Amino acid sequence: MLRLPPCEARFPTSIAEAVELKAKYGPEASYVAGGTDLYPNMKRRQQTPYHLIDVRRIPQLDRLEVDADGGLIIGAGVTLTRLIRDGRVAAGWPVLGQAAATISTPILRNMGTVGGNLLIDTRCNYYDQSYEWRKAIDFCMKKDGEICWVAPSSPRCWAVQSSDLVPVMVALGAEVILVGPEGTRTIPAQALYHNDGIEYLTKKRDELLVSLRVPAMGTAKATYQKLRRRGAFDFPVLGVAAWIRPNGGGTVADARVVIGAVGSYPIVSEAAAEALVGHALEDDTIDAAARAAAKPAKPLDNTDFTIGWRKDMVAVYVRRALAALR
Amino acid sequence: MGGRAVGRYGGTVGSEVGEVSTTDIPPYRPTALPPFSIIGKPLPKIDAAAKCLGRTKFADDIVLPRMLAAKMLRSPHPHARIVSIDTSRAQALEGVKAVITGSDMPNAFGILPVSQDEHALEGDHVRFIGDPVAAVAAIDEDTATQALELIEVSYELLEVIGSIEDAVANPEPQLHDYADDGNLHKLVHLEFGPVDEALERAHLVQEDLFFYEGSTHLPMEQHAAVAEYGGNRRLTVWSSTQTPHYVHRALEKVLELPRSRIRVVAMPNGGGFGGKSDPFGHELVVAKLAMLTGRPVKICLTREEVFYCHRGRHPVIMKVRTGVTADGTITGMDFESYLDGGAYGSYGVASVYYTGALQTVTYQVPTYRFRGVRAFTNKAPCGPKRGHGTPQPRFAVEVTLDKIAERLDLDPAELRLKQLQPADSLTANWLKIGSMGLRACIDKVVEGSNWKTCFRNLPYGRGLGLACSSYITGAGLPIYWNSMPHSGVQLKCDRGGGVTVFCGSTDIGQGSDSILAYIVAEVLGVEPMEIAVVTGDTDLTPVDLGSYSSRVTLMTGQAAIQAAGRVRAVMVGPVAGKLEVPAERLVFAGGVVFDAQDPERGMSFAEAVALTETATGTVGSVGSYRPPKSPGRYRGAGVGPSPAYSYSACIAEVEVDPETGIVQVPRVWIGHDIGRSINSSLVMGQVEGGVYMGLGEALMEEMAYRTNRNVTHKWPSMLEYKSPTTHEMCDVTTYLIEDPDANGPFGAKEAGQGPLLPVMPAVANAIYDAVGVRIDEVPMSPPKVHRAIKDKARGKEPRFGPSGTPTVRWPEVTYVPRPVDGGDGKAHPRPEPAGTGG
Amino acid sequence: MTSEPIQITKRPRKIRGTFLVNGEEHDVTYPSHKTLLEVLREELALTGTKHGCELGECGTCTVLIDGEPILSCLALAQAYENTPIETVEGMADGSDLHPLQEAFVEMGAAQCGYCTPGVLLAAKALLEDRPAADRQDIKDALAGNLCRCTGYIKIYEAIELAAARMRGEQAEPAREAFYGR
Repeated sequence: MLRLPPCEARFPTSIAEAVELKAKYGPEASYVAGGTDLYPNMKRRQQTPYHLIDVRRIPQLDRLEVDADGGLIIGAGVTLTRLIRDGRVAAGWPVLGQAAATISTPILRNMGTVGGNLLIDTRCNYYDQSYEWRKAIDFCMKKDGEICWVAPSSPRCWAVQSSDLVPVMVALGAEVILVGPEGTRTIPAQALYHNDGIEYLTKKRDELLVSLRVPAMGTAKATYQKLRRRGAFDFPVLGVAAWIRPNGGGTVADARVVIGAVGSYPIVSEAAAEALVGHALEDDTIDAAARAAAKPAKPLDNTDFTIGWRKDMVAVYVRRALAALR
Repeated sequence: MGGRAVGRYGGTVGSEVGEVSTTDIPPYRPTALPPFSIIGKPLPKIDAAAKCLGRTKFADDIVLPRMLAAKMLRSPHPHARIVSIDTSRAQALEGVKAVITGSDMPNAFGILPVSQDEHALEGDHVRFIGDPVAAVAAIDEDTATQALELIEVSYELLEVIGSIEDAVANPEPQLHDYADDGNLHKLVHLEFGPVDEALERAHLVQEDLFFYEGSTHLPMEQHAAVAEYGGNRRLTVWSSTQTPHYVHRALEKVLELPRSRIRVVAMPNGGGFGGKSDPFGHELVVAKLAMLTGRPVKICLTREEVFYCHRGRHPVIMKVRTGVTADGTITGMDFESYLDGGAYGSYGVASVYYTGALQTVTYQVPTYRFRGVRAFTNKAPCGPKRGHGTPQPRFAVEVTLDKIAERLDLDPAELRLKQLQPADSLTANWLKIGSMGLRACIDKVVEGSNWKTCFRNLPYGRGLGLACSSYITGAGLPIYWNSMPHSGVQLKCDRGGGVTVFCGSTDIGQGSDSILAYIVAEVLGVEPMEIAVVTGDTDLTPVDLGSYSSRVTLMTGQAAIQAAGRVRAVMVGPVAGKLEVPAERLVFAGGVVFDAQDPERGMSFAEAVALTETATGTVGSVGSYRPPKSPGRYRGAGVGPSPAYSYSACIAEVEVDPETGIVQVPRVWIGHDIGRSINSSLVMGQVEGGVYMGLGEALMEEMAYRTNRNVTHKWPSMLEYKSPTTHEMCDVTTYLIEDPDANGPFGAKEAGQGPLLPVMPAVANAIYDAVGVRIDEVPMSPPKVHRAIKDKARGKEPRFGPSGTPTVRWPEVTYVPRPVDGGDGKAHPRPEPAGTGG
Repeated sequence: MTSEPIQITKRPRKIRGTFLVNGEEHDVTYPSHKTLLEVLREELALTGTKHGCELGECGTCTVLIDGEPILSCLALAQAYENTPIETVEGMADGSDLHPLQEAFVEMGAAQCGYCTPGVLLAAKALLEDRPAADRQDIKDALAGNLCRCTGYIKIYEAIELAAARMRGEQAEPAREAFYGR
């Protein structure tokens, strides 16, 4: 039986208490909610915090409501299942449920939370291995080692952003609310991520992700297209979130195309957006946007499937996503 | 016995009490035709309720007082010499009770007598990442795990053999000094008839190269074992093993403890599929640790460790040249297979032969050559996984036939139907075929799938593909040379009418315990739930060789029929005497023994047992089974013979997304020639499960390594080793073909392995029908299909597959004249080719 | 490379808690780092809950919390104290099998039986939520429970049979499920 390292949980009932605990125990502590990302990592000894600050009993993290401006407030502790089943979410932000329903399995989604999914550790199949396995390659720079086995001459880590909700939240222009010892800050979802496999978050270690605010969709439409081997369990090897706001005349007024799982952070394709804005979603426009979006995608050999094919699939999936928004 | 008529079930008619002899009684033959009362019925399994209640105890569910937990330290290097091991720090850790290394268990073991190349803990040479080198018993698993970190092992690294090409190119450093040639473990070269002449004269010679990637069993249950060494100096090992008898032998050899002092209990297996068929180091290690500490010791492997135990599907490169006439009739086949065996022998010698053995049993192959090689490489050892060594060549044969049909513009179903190997025949390689129901299987799936209308006529992206297969119903020869029975059954009847069946077989989920109950119940006319079944316990049960090679239903079934028939034979005398009816008129049915002509005249089965016990003493019997001798007598003829061959035909429907190469299989039609179902529901379950596992191999399962990264296993986890979920599993339409085989119990043949075999080639052929590309590789993953579609669009060869084979120096041919040549089944010098002159 | 021990920063510590399993209270003293799976199997001897990977990758260890299936291997036991937990041992009513168990027995939906407890509980949660679940609902609900034996088909058939009976219908298995076409 693969077991957790020694650890012990606390169950704060307020944000302040949680933040205080984290400040008190420092690197020996970790926030945890569903545990579906952290506990496997702990069992593989990728992370070994002793003090677990289980935030699921904090009421503010359990909010799921529409605010006065029509925005959706999602507490970080809302489970994926709850997000999928919520009628207001399904009516106002259908893409959220669509994307969340692709995450892992229905059972895991009863545990996993929206906040947890936004913060999931970057993945790499040189890293997501047991301690013993990693020892056989003398570890990697993300944990206990020196080099990046995906690109041994690289000075940086290439672990992959593997959340399904991240590209969607970025595409929808969501904001995240973080609370730390220095107070509360609200930043765009996009600003939460860094292009680095190790320091993949801009969130400070002590900060707690409390909630998200997703603006009202208004006339906009969005979709998420996920590529993976199986219809359950699997992380994306490619995730495309596309958001389009049409103007009255049938052309695109505003667009965001975000590519997940082909880099260490969600890649926002400005070029794809440029190719779309001002045009109708005709095949040529979609093709141009898809080609543009595929350019910066840089899949490396650290997930399922071959890299050439994954790269090829970016344009295909962007095209499909945009076609779905016609 | 003079003058007395012999009853239908072998008992002497009207015999007096005391005169009944069990020695001269002819064996019970189930001559009765349907309707049976039990056989064929979809009854629940006798252990189903316990499994659904969570009460079935698997090995890891065993808890004993004072039990210790064991963990094994494994090599982090793919190939190295062990310079030294220092366990002193681990020994000193609080809670650690014993630490052992290779020097504590120096005797080698292995499943095959010719490959005794494993050690419970390797003492001086590690051959793959995961090879065990030390073990700890401690008060709990956390402590044992921590202790492993304190064991210091110093290694001297050796050059790594990462692939079969490496093994061919580098005879040194040798993984094992007993290999046939350098790092080539086993080389085989067999020829049956003038195959070169046949190919020369053929209208068409189709030449193909295939690669079949390795895959693993992935039983849901991780291997576990518990050992206890009692004060009476007897050792008990409970294990999730498919082969308690072989574990028994390995324990004796490694521990130097007589088998009479060792009890091996095979616990219900949480899935096996061949993955629990070898004796494993961890079983020996817990035994040793229990002996050293005087306390029970348990080990349960992690999922990653299960990947290192492996012994699953060999990766195989294949080359096949097939000669056919203008109407597609096969005239000769020249087959080569190159197996990447991993670090140890395991069943590997048998595996090589199996990649060449069953090509001949489906369609007539008049001349045949087989060359096969198995290489040692620094990876987890390969061995038997469901279909052992035959899915790979079956893939090759069925895809090559599809290509031949295409080139000759023939319907692939017709091409096959016109040259089926006949029933009751001998193949060119001396395999004795009994019943042969493949024609009906093909007819059923062709009809059910609307093949005649749909094949080559579905819209681009959709396709149908057909493939067939055959599998053995038990291996004709035991794993170690002996002439004893392969299966034994013991029967004990209680005065209350209960019957206990004792048999060494192991239920791995296929329902073999239930099969024993059904068969005994049928013969004795009682209900299966009135039969207690005790299996897989070397103290309590007679030997059965194990749950492998699809042998259990046939062999234990025949042994059970014999045992039950003997009990009947003992009972008919006293009962006939008491009822005053001729013994041949006695019927055992519905819990009653009665006169067929006057059903009112009878007694309950319990009364009949009591009467017999009064008359002759304790009522019990034994039965056993030994397969018929095979006519093949050449070196290598031991692999392939079977009492009976099952047949399957499969049509797969695919939907290929040409833009991505993603293949979906919405439906499979499969016909399976089962001979006769003992329990049709269990057969259905085996067929559907076989299709499932075949689908996984066809589309996604891969035992992949990073050769350039220290030959690490790429993904030893259930997340990254892709087993199909409910979303990928296809609908299955099953047709059971019942054509009883004379060698099967009530005519039954196997269902556990055969139905997996045609799935992969059926999918490959369907992909061709859908998008016109050949994927000559398994798994047929999207990047390969996508690549082939792109190549086709660019005018290149529309194919994904290997481009060559390793260059191997084959040994001298073993030439075997065929039955048609008047051969005697032995090897002889090859005659000069006709027409070439002196 | 081999001589660097894992940095054990803290020793395991035992804590006390109450677990409400299958309607019964259990006071347990257990190491704080144990998962719910480990507490059920090792502290309460409820070995009906199985494990196949301990990483949330197979669904074998599924139990119900407040009627919802979760993975007990990824549940820190501490977080589930004083919470209603149901395991496979709690499904039957005395000696009477739950209709799902009954149907699994009847259809041969348990081959090796190792994934069965988790599958049964996932199915139970589904049918409580959607008594009229169709084949697609069943596939969706069981997508997180791997089974290597059955190809899922007998499992679907058993759940459909149980669902019909639980709705009060007189359902019998289809002939072709048992005999083929």
